[in-house]
Amino acid sequence: MLVHSRRARVCVWAAFLVVFLPVFALPFLVIVAASFATGWSGALPSGPTLGHYRDAVRGDALDALVTSLLTAAAASALALALGTWAALSAHALRGRARRAMDLLFMLPVAVPSVVVGLSLLVAFSRPPVLLNGTRAIVVLAHTVLVTAFAYRSVTAAVTRLDPAYEQAAASLGASPPYVLWRVRLPLLLPSLSAAAGLCFALSMGELSATMMLYPPDWLPLPVKVFAATDRGALFSGAALAVVLMVTTLLALSAVARIRTKATYR
Amino acid sequence: MGAAGRGSGERGAGRRWVLALPPVLVLGLVFLYPLALVVQQSVSPDGGGHSVAAYGQVFAESAFRGALRNTVLIAVGATVGALLLGFALALVVAFVPFPGGKALSRFIDVFLSFPSFLITLALLFVYGTAGMANGLWTGATGAAEGPFDFLHTPWGVLLAEVTYFTPFVMRPLLAAFSQVETAQLEAAASLGAKAPRIVRKVILPEALPALAAGGSLVLVMCLNEFGIVLFTGAKGVTTLPTLVYGKAILDGDYPGACVVAVVDIALSVALYGLYRVLSSRAAPAAPSSRPSRPSRSPRTDGVRRARA
Repeated sequence: MLVHSRRARVCVWAAFLVVFLPVFALPFLVIVAASFATGWSGALPSGPTLGHYRDAVRGDALDALVTSLLTAAAASALALALGTWAALSAHALRGRARRAMDLLFMLPVAVPSVVVGLSLLVAFSRPPVLLNGTRAIVVLAHTVLVTAFAYRSVTAAVTRLDPAYEQAAASLGASPPYVLWRVRLPLLLPSLSAAAGLCFALSMGELSATMMLYPPDWLPLPVKVFAATDRGALFSGAALAVVLMVTTLLALSAVARIRTKATYR
Repeated sequence: MGAAGRGSGERGAGRRWVLALPPVLVLGLVFLYPLALVVQQSVSPDGGGHSVAAYGQVFAESAFRGALRNTVLIAVGATVGALLLGFALALVVAFVPFPGGKALSRFIDVFLSFPSFLITLALLFVYGTAGMANGLWTGATGAAEGPFDFLHTPWGVLLAEVTYFTPFVMRPLLAAFSQVETAQLEAAASLGAKAPRIVRKVILPEALPALAAGGSLVLVMCLNEFGIVLFTGAKGVTTLPTLVYGKAILDGDYPGACVVAVVDIALSVALYGLYRVLSSRAAPAAPSSRPSRPSRSPRTDGVRRARA
């Protein structure tokens, strides 16, 4: 307790709320409010309507949502597989080799996402692999961008795994693949699902690389939100943004449920 | 972990290396190889051969210089703003605890999982030409137009970035604050130190590594920020990422885009290296036998650490 007098404490809290609420809570409230409105020229939005939501759950917008969900599911599954494999094999290495793995797998965080998009465009618009204009290139970009986060979560989890379990299993004659499948991966399950949730959320909101790569028939939701606001349809953009936020939250809480179940096993 | 690794014997050392190969090859193919091609394309003009002429051409463009200046200035400004705001807010959350503080940390986690461009979208409704603030003003004064018209300037980008990145500073800070001994604060207070002095002399030194690490991470993320700048929709505010997008997608000038991309990579990878150095120092002397936990709940983590 840093501030002892009650009055000073209340003052600090008031100052905190005065900064925190407008700066951090207001943005989300404003987007939700705008998604139900048709105009905003006073203190509060006007012209209440559900029309933006009716449009947001059919036609193009629904396609965009499905596109985003499929892309995020595919990219996080791929990133989880790649990141877990890399983290487990890096854990078995030591010294310089492990540091090199760390560096390589964290590097995509440092490179701007737009540049990742550009590089995939440059690399896969020419033989031997032609992916430009396909859906696969969007999934690939998302995978590259979120693998680092999967790698980091799994690395953190694997270093604090108690080695006694795998030693016990190995001493009882279990082969390394069996130990991996029946001992280590089940123990890692909570962190794996947390990593999956993080990757999914990041991929759902990815805009920068997607803007560089998306083909006309594979338009994820963030691009759709941008298209709406860019042509001035701010209120339908807000409804799409709410759909994006709610879906992300639902996915995250679903993953959190898996996690709590896994910890009780 | 050391025991386990060594226990399985040096005999497996070769095999371990082989197991690491497939993910490295995959990442090499989908990440390093494309990046190498970007660098290669930046020195290969359309006519063939190799030259660095494209660099000279791009460096001479005023659009590029403006973008570089904007990128650096906005990133530095947003980082400083996020550090100041994040430090003040984290201080209150950690040391003047109030009911609902836990819900607040959850809220910050949720905040971090949303894409950045939502902030700009929200600011359009708050400060836009037909938004809340201007609506209040015109309603109160009867003026035809409100006074707030900064969203399409660098200040709008700055405000959005400070808002979005402050929680990224708060998280490591809250983890660092949870390790400050309350007894230390009580001792300082009982010796007559006032709150500002305690913050300066006791809390700030503890928080410096976390501030440095959080600050450099946010600096890298601000340099790379694309969504906020794109949604601002300002023709006058170009940063390096939006310049890459504009050159490649809008103008179809791939060599030019690759040159800007190389500059952008160099800038942010250098800063990311700095972040890695700073954050490995910020990790509170974690010996490899007892690695630091990711701070899901900084509070209980601190308690556990204090007990250990």
